[in-house]
Amino acid sequence: MRVPLSWLREYVDLPETETGRDVQAKLVSVGLEVETVEQIGAGLKGPLVVGQVLTIEELEGFKKPIRFCTVDVGTANGTGEPQEIVCGARNFSVGDKVVVVLPGAVLPGDFAIAARKTYGKTSHGMICSTDELGMGDDGTHGIIVLPPEHEAGTDAIELLQLVDEVLDIAVTPDRGYCLSMRGVARETATAYGLPLRDPALLDVPAPNAYGYPAQISDPIGCDRFTARTVTGLQPEARSPIWMQRRLQKAGMRPISLAVDITNYVMLELGQPLHAYDRNRVDGPIGVRRATQGEKLTTLDGTVRVLDAEDLVITDNRGPIGLAGVMGGANTEIADADGEQALTTEVVIEAAHFDAISIARTARRHKLSSEASKRFERGVDPQAAAAAAQRTVDLLVLLAGGTAEAGVTEITSPHAPRTIAMPANHPDKVAGVEYGRETVVRRLQEVGCDVYGQDELIVTVPSWRPDLNEPNDLAEEVIRLEGYENLPSTLPTPPSGRGLTDRQRLHRRIGRVLAGAGYVEALSYPFIGDAVLDQLGLEADDARRRTVKLVNPISDEEPALRTTLLPGLLGALRRNDGRGSHDLALFETGLVFRPTGEEKQAVRLPVDRRPTDEEIAGLNAALPRQPRRAAVVLAGAREQAGWWGKGTPATWADAVEAARLIAAEAGVEVIVRADQHAPWHPGRCAALYVNVNGEETLFGHAGELHPRVIKALHLPERACAAEVELDVLEQAVDGALQAPRISTFPVATQDVALVVAGDVPAADVEAALREGAGDLLESLRLFDVFTGEQIGGGNKSLAYALRFRAADRTLTVEEASAARDSAVALAAERTGAVLRGA
Amino acid sequence: MSAPNKSYDPVEVEALKPEEIERLRDEAFAAFAAAGDLDALAQAKTAHTGGTSPLSLANREIGALPPQAKAEAGKRVGQARGAVSKALAARQAELEAERDARVLVEEAVDVTLPYDRTPAGARHPLTTIMERVADVFVAMGYEIAEGPEVEAEWFNFDALNFVPDHPARQMQDTFFVQGTTPDGKATEGDESGVVLRTHTSPVQARSLLERKPPVYVVCPGRVYRTDELDATHTPVFHQIELLAVDEGLTMADLKGTLDHMVQALFGPDMKTRLRPNFFPFTEPSAEMDMVCYVCRGESVGNPDRPCRTCGSEGWIELGGCGMVNPKVLIACGVDPQKYSGFAFGFGIERMLMFRHNVEDMRDMVEGDVRFTRPFGMEI
Repeated sequence: MRVPLSWLREYVDLPETETGRDVQAKLVSVGLEVETVEQIGAGLKGPLVVGQVLTIEELEGFKKPIRFCTVDVGTANGTGEPQEIVCGARNFSVGDKVVVVLPGAVLPGDFAIAARKTYGKTSHGMICSTDELGMGDDGTHGIIVLPPEHEAGTDAIELLQLVDEVLDIAVTPDRGYCLSMRGVARETATAYGLPLRDPALLDVPAPNAYGYPAQISDPIGCDRFTARTVTGLQPEARSPIWMQRRLQKAGMRPISLAVDITNYVMLELGQPLHAYDRNRVDGPIGVRRATQGEKLTTLDGTVRVLDAEDLVITDNRGPIGLAGVMGGANTEIADADGEQALTTEVVIEAAHFDAISIARTARRHKLSSEASKRFERGVDPQAAAAAAQRTVDLLVLLAGGTAEAGVTEITSPHAPRTIAMPANHPDKVAGVEYGRETVVRRLQEVGCDVYGQDELIVTVPSWRPDLNEPNDLAEEVIRLEGYENLPSTLPTPPSGRGLTDRQRLHRRIGRVLAGAGYVEALSYPFIGDAVLDQLGLEADDARRRTVKLVNPISDEEPALRTTLLPGLLGALRRNDGRGSHDLALFETGLVFRPTGEEKQAVRLPVDRRPTDEEIAGLNAALPRQPRRAAVVLAGAREQAGWWGKGTPATWADAVEAARLIAAEAGVEVIVRADQHAPWHPGRCAALYVNVNGEETLFGHAGELHPRVIKALHLPERACAAEVELDVLEQAVDGALQAPRISTFPVATQDVALVVAGDVPAADVEAALREGAGDLLESLRLFDVFTGEQIGGGNKSLAYALRFRAADRTLTVEEASAARDSAVALAAERTGAVLRGA
Repeated sequence: MSAPNKSYDPVEVEALKPEEIERLRDEAFAAFAAAGDLDALAQAKTAHTGGTSPLSLANREIGALPPQAKAEAGKRVGQARGAVSKALAARQAELEAERDARVLVEEAVDVTLPYDRTPAGARHPLTTIMERVADVFVAMGYEIAEGPEVEAEWFNFDALNFVPDHPARQMQDTFFVQGTTPDGKATEGDESGVVLRTHTSPVQARSLLERKPPVYVVCPGRVYRTDELDATHTPVFHQIELLAVDEGLTMADLKGTLDHMVQALFGPDMKTRLRPNFFPFTEPSAEMDMVCYVCRGESVGNPDRPCRTCGSEGWIELGGCGMVNPKVLIACGVDPQKYSGFAFGFGIERMLMFRHNVEDMRDMVEGDVRFTRPFGMEI
């Protein structure tokens, strides 16, 4: 809502010195979000006067038509002589009254006016357009032609009200009444403690039977319908400058007198109005729900196919308006420029429509209008008659019309709304002792009637449909007493238990990965089929079953991620493209894995706690949303430098990242070779953890498939790991048991075992461990060798075995026996042969 | 001094004569002093303290003396040997120190060489700032609550008093999830009843349903709205939400809690300001501002010192807050006659932007390591 300060002053006697910024601060403190204060005509300096065009000479030979004019500016130029002005506009004739800016003046935008030579003539000033004066759009795009009654030489700054301040207020949905000057004025008056001149306090004639016939078939959708008729309008009458200017400052475009008046009254009182050309309405006006599929062409020229829920205004022919949203084209007030017979008789509609019905219709037809915006937020039903009267008065005054005596008013009975509230309720909400007297006074300022002592019975004003509960009233009291005056106290929550194990684990995983050199990225979760194809996922891969959005940001990415890799690989590529080539990134976050069994969510009631079954039903409508962690790597893991060579990031780093993650949960990872997209089929590890004695898939790691690298434009040999943290949590097996430390000496034995190339080292290691028995303290693979010496296709695995007993120094024989039994089991299980044996 | 004992026939042993012992001792001293390095000293050591050194040999002669003479000769030789090994140790220490000094000089390196062998990793500042905010409340006794990101509309809107078709429901541009109708068709619009949560507030409702009052929870998390990404908007962002429901909680408690938070995060002289506003799930509702973290309000009316962070307003808008609407309590099975509560929520991106002078929202979204790495492990 744009509120010109000059207009606001009409209802509240603000001190002369009060600036827009001052009013802004006051309104903000009572809860109106005044976003900006626009300084209209800032920097404007005269002389700027009314002029009358005396002569026009068309100058020839230029690229565009140019006029050399003489203009009578009265005595404003000091000489009284005609002013010679060159002008490029053509929408004026000899005798027209125009706005002339004279040398010495400054127009908005620091545009200083001086006499200057142009097109072979000297122009002593300018004939002005609305743009040049910062007036906003009047639809003409030409220079301003004033009504003839203004005298040449009159100050146009005053006439056109070119200097003003406009408060731009973002009205919250509960404050619909502030979408009017009346509402903002009321808040201003309260904020300043000044009286309000309520523009809705008008003498309104009683309803009678001679008004324009109307029939309301849906008294719930339309609980009030007022119609008035004005005849004898002068079709050529235009809106006066003051009205045009107020509309412009409020952000509306002047159109025609009748339309301007309805808009003006809407801005003033908040009541949307509609004016029908009476001669184009056929029979009684009705209000009913549309029949499904009925059609209506609205004022914007769009043919609307109506829904059975839409509320429509009708005449004998059918719908003539989408109630409370937009009128129909077939009863439109004829524009002076139009081809239809000019309008001389209008029927004014001031009705009150159901907020939800209007909201749905506006949403259904994607048609948000000034009217629908107000009805959705609640319009004062008591203001309808006053608004109709105000419109009639203005039509009579400005268009020379005659008000017909008939007054149509159909209302459904309405009891005033009352709220019972303990007088100390605002005190309890605020934590401040306001006292009953203050509470009552503040509520009265809002417009409430208040009765009662300890228990107040509060009748809320008709323009505040948002006041329904004691807390609503408490807010009114507290905001008017000033939020800034609330004290600051601290409650004492019960002692907390800190983070849960799960929350702690998630933080630790972030830290351990960052500690290992990974940089966290937080990617968008939006994906499309394209990236799943690029990852090489099979048609039946579970990751292809996605949650889809009805209204995605991009139609290319209409689904939610089922894996963290697309986003993270995108970040890898982006970094690589920006010149960072040695990269290690990680992300943790939710993936979305529908089972396909999700139910449609039912709308539960809100007037009670839903049952546990109902909550379970809602949760069953949601996809599984496990938390995952992923890493991606490319380039060097260790950089080369003066210390020596670097090492490239490899599949092994990816697997190690998964181990690091699991180690934070105290869980060991079981690694198996696997073939799984998007990984390299020969360099892909499936990772398992033990959940309640069962090996459970935890994730995958390795080098990416070369085709994936190519398709996604990733750096060569990029690697990745992705694991499911929810699985890891299940694998956590109580508190870590402290190892027993033996202080007896260690006995070290090295063995090199030759196995076939495809025997997994993990199997050899497992056999060695098992075979070595309890004396084995640790085992480490320190070398892998392949070469002709050990037979092509074989590999030699060199292990250091450390033996130690808890209670004695081992003899060489004991250590050797343990080693031999380890080797023997490895030989049995994996075909390993002791090298050199 | 007593005269020598002449009552026995002394066997004169040449090697044990006092003059001889002194000479041997002095020879050793001289040899040690002459040793120029540790090797030479080792040779001198063997020569003068070894088993076949003259002093050792002299020592063996003591046995040949008559008992009356043994003590005196033993003492003499012992003293000499003691002096020699002391001299040896001293010289040894001297030479070692010299050698060490020389070797350490030789081993000197250029300690200014850079070492970026394994570049450091970092956690995302949005993650760490969220943890930091949450920890302020965890320290006060709050618990961290979590909820799903794909959420039922009932939790995201209805339970929070966003009435269907109320304009407030359109204020937040919602991503709707496509569901399946009972006859197997894809749902349209909001039919599925499932959305990407538009705020962390549904966790309020979940927390109240899962716990019994008193409830004090803080809910950090990711939220979604259908904004295009630009310098100041992103469709995926983070919020942190706070909810306290207990007997007798007031707006003053809300104000105090907010003051405590901004002081914990931005310094002891920080304060907040509340302005009336509207949110469906709180009543009364307020917008909360904090004193500008950068200019501390000093840019207001001071055109010479404009502040970009607060636009010289002196205040930074932080988020929304208020007293939990009793309707929300009812929908979550909490008796509003007995309990009251307060809640607030704000955007983490915004806080990061003004706390760390981030100018472009996209920097927080794109995962560029050059942006994230300097933030390190904690914030």
